Amino acid sequence: MSEISSPSQPSSTGPQEAACSPILPADIDVSCRLPLVVLFLSAAVWLVLGSAFELIASLKFHAPGLLADCAWLTYGRVRPAGFNCMLYGFCMPTGLGVALWLLARLGRTRLALPGLVTVGAMCWNLGVAVGVGGILSGGSTGFETLEMPSYAARLAFLGYLMIVLWGALTFHQRRVRQLYVSQWFLFAALFWFPWIYSTADLLLLTFRVRGMAQAVIAWWYAENLLGVWLGLVGLAAVFYFIPKLTGRDLHSRYLALMAFWMLILFGSWGGISESAPLPAWMPVSSAVARGLGVILIVAVALNVHGTLGGQCSKLLVHPSLRFIGFGVASFIIGGLGSAASAFPEVTQVTHFTWFTVAKGLLNYYGFFAMVMFGAVYYILPQLLGIEFPSAKLVRAHFWTAAAAILLVVVPLAAGGIVQGLKLQRANIPFNDIAQGTLPFLRASTTGDLLIALGHLMFLVNLAALVLRFYRARAVSAWAAATAEIKPAEATP
Amino acid sequence: MNYGPLVFLAAFFALASSWCGFVLTPQLQVGRLQQTNSLGGAAAAYPLARPGLAQQGLEVYRANGCAYCHSQQVGQTGTVVDIELTDAGTNQAATIAALLKLAEGSTNQPSALTKLTSLQPGESNDTNASILGGLPKAFFRSSSRQAANAAVKTLNSTSAKAQLWIVPVGPDLARGWGRRRTVAEDYLFDSTVMLGSQRVGPDLADAGARLPDANWHLRHLYAPRIEVKGSVMPPYRFLFEKRRVGHSPSPEALAFPGDLASTPGYEIVPRPAAKALAAYLVSLRADAPLFDAPLSVPAPAGTPNSTNAPVVPGESPTNAPPTNAPAK
Repeated sequence: MSEISSPSQPSSTGPQEAACSPILPADIDVSCRLPLVVLFLSAAVWLVLGSAFELIASLKFHAPGLLADCAWLTYGRVRPAGFNCMLYGFCMPTGLGVALWLLARLGRTRLALPGLVTVGAMCWNLGVAVGVGGILSGGSTGFETLEMPSYAARLAFLGYLMIVLWGALTFHQRRVRQLYVSQWFLFAALFWFPWIYSTADLLLLTFRVRGMAQAVIAWWYAENLLGVWLGLVGLAAVFYFIPKLTGRDLHSRYLALMAFWMLILFGSWGGISESAPLPAWMPVSSAVARGLGVILIVAVALNVHGTLGGQCSKLLVHPSLRFIGFGVASFIIGGLGSAASAFPEVTQVTHFTWFTVAKGLLNYYGFFAMVMFGAVYYILPQLLGIEFPSAKLVRAHFWTAAAAILLVVVPLAAGGIVQGLKLQRANIPFNDIAQGTLPFLRASTTGDLLIALGHLMFLVNLAALVLRFYRARAVSAWAAATAEIKPAEATP
Repeated sequence: MNYGPLVFLAAFFALASSWCGFVLTPQLQVGRLQQTNSLGGAAAAYPLARPGLAQQGLEVYRANGCAYCHSQQVGQTGTVVDIELTDAGTNQAATIAALLKLAEGSTNQPSALTKLTSLQPGESNDTNASILGGLPKAFFRSSSRQAANAAVKTLNSTSAKAQLWIVPVGPDLARGWGRRRTVAEDYLFDSTVMLGSQRVGPDLADAGARLPDANWHLRHLYAPRIEVKGSVMPPYRFLFEKRRVGHSPSPEALAFPGDLASTPGYEIVPRPAAKALAAYLVSLRADAPLFDAPLSVPAPAGTPNSTNAPVVPGESPTNAPPTNAPAK
């Protein structure tokens, strides 16, 4: 049972496989094609929209009056709209698409009911579209990361359930009983979101709890979604693609098990900041959980390092691996930053500053989105059976995204630390502090621009690939439909 | 971990534990808080619900995402101990001598709040009276409880009576963002509690006590930079209406100084949303003294009492001397 099974070794499947009719990877890919194309392509559109909103928000620090007379584009609406586009528009649907594909591939079974998954994906996108519109029109719920108004979020949730139900069925129908590491992470992620979302919706929006209990539950939801859900899906992809694309076995199943337990046990406890006006045990247990998160970081780092055999140059063999390697690096750096915030001396400085924003960005964008870019760049050509029209554009996207993340995270983190240190000194007038952060924020706008540029490349590349595939199909279908009837068929 | 149900159970157990920890228990502990009594002469119920217009203002605050730039929580990073003389006693010379001895002490000793070192023991009674007048008065501040206890013992060994006051401190309090740290009770009747996560702008937990003028808030919302030089806040002109003056100017029209005054014949009038938002900002007060969070900073001069912050007139519920108040 402890035998290491790697996705790079399709031969180690066991005897029960032989009894069933073999399902080729190509069959699996065909079953996944439509829903995944819908999920990935719409996610790429959301990505471009999201970065446009974030760019507007960032530009407000150059000129506060910019677009300020339009209520829809005021900073407090554009910023959450941008973040929701990124999180619910891009991160979650791509994560779901990758999860479905991994579950089907690792279980060597076709995706169950792809038609309904496609409907679910459309339902999700419709929900997010209504939700982002709701935020822009002033319907935000006021809870960070749960801003989408409940009518929209419930629609999206219905879509999620439709996708995930068939994902769970696919998992159940797997033909390889032995579970690979990634499957633990994915299976846990599938039902993690329904639980946290239904709790948040019921207690924050439907039957509202009173006072600070609202804030605690909102923080719990955000931490579970951004820390645990994204962590589970992202690490599942990391543990699948790094062994697969380097052609080596996963270094240690036990380290992966350790990472799994650490993530699900402590990841969901870390949401409450040290200064929150709550009974002391809550911030303290959060701090302990964040500190213990360092074990997760070490376990992941050791496992990836061992899998690569200590040669990071192996990450250059495949364009997808660069994205994933960058994601792992962001995961480690962001995780260390989060573990450092276990110490009250650190949080007193960094809390309420741009440093926390930089840390969050490193997690959901530097880690998760980058891993997902890598996964999509690998999966989509497999699904469609053709290569990306421009491999150069993929490489250009990587370098743009990497530079963009550095250009956003470094100024924000540095600006945040300066801001936090100044906030500690009461004799510095607040307005000077606010002015002092502006150069850093303005520097990060360059990064926001590059992020938007990278997203355009991603969308163009994806759209071109899909277009080429369906055009070829349409052409051949047209040719078949209009083909002359051969004399052999015409004569009875 | 080769069985699906096992993975499910593991994840279920992990999520259930955090659900119990951070959803169920907080609901039982802080979700069921009841009104409490504020300290002071006439103990009043605290908190009270915000007035209706302010509650509408909370919705405006939520809809426009004010919480992305403004936090609403005042923190305290630690406490210090003040040594306060409540009674000079009969042997004032001995008391003065003890005070001087303490003031000359090494770095471990409490630091003096009142200037004592220039005095000599055995000076005229006038000087003694001026030092020891106006009791109770805090003479020393110490970060160590032990040193403070020793100092109290020294002072009590003369005929004087001294006692300790524990004073919360922190950059937020020193900045004048609040008179005490905020506690869970402060948010009890707000629905959509928006504590905020960033301080792009100043903290607003006690904004109503700091800036009690609704008109100031209206002018600031319309054009932030005329009230706060170099403010980074965007203007919220969509909350206002620029209209032609009718038969007579509206009493609600904003009065701007000099060149910012609107075009002649036009006036700028707040829409209902702006009025509600200003009422909400004025109602933001976390300055009722509570048992677990007494006030540590005196009220700024001329602060009117609001409905949800019952401060008893004529009696300061502050337990700290007025010297440590760099509120601005």
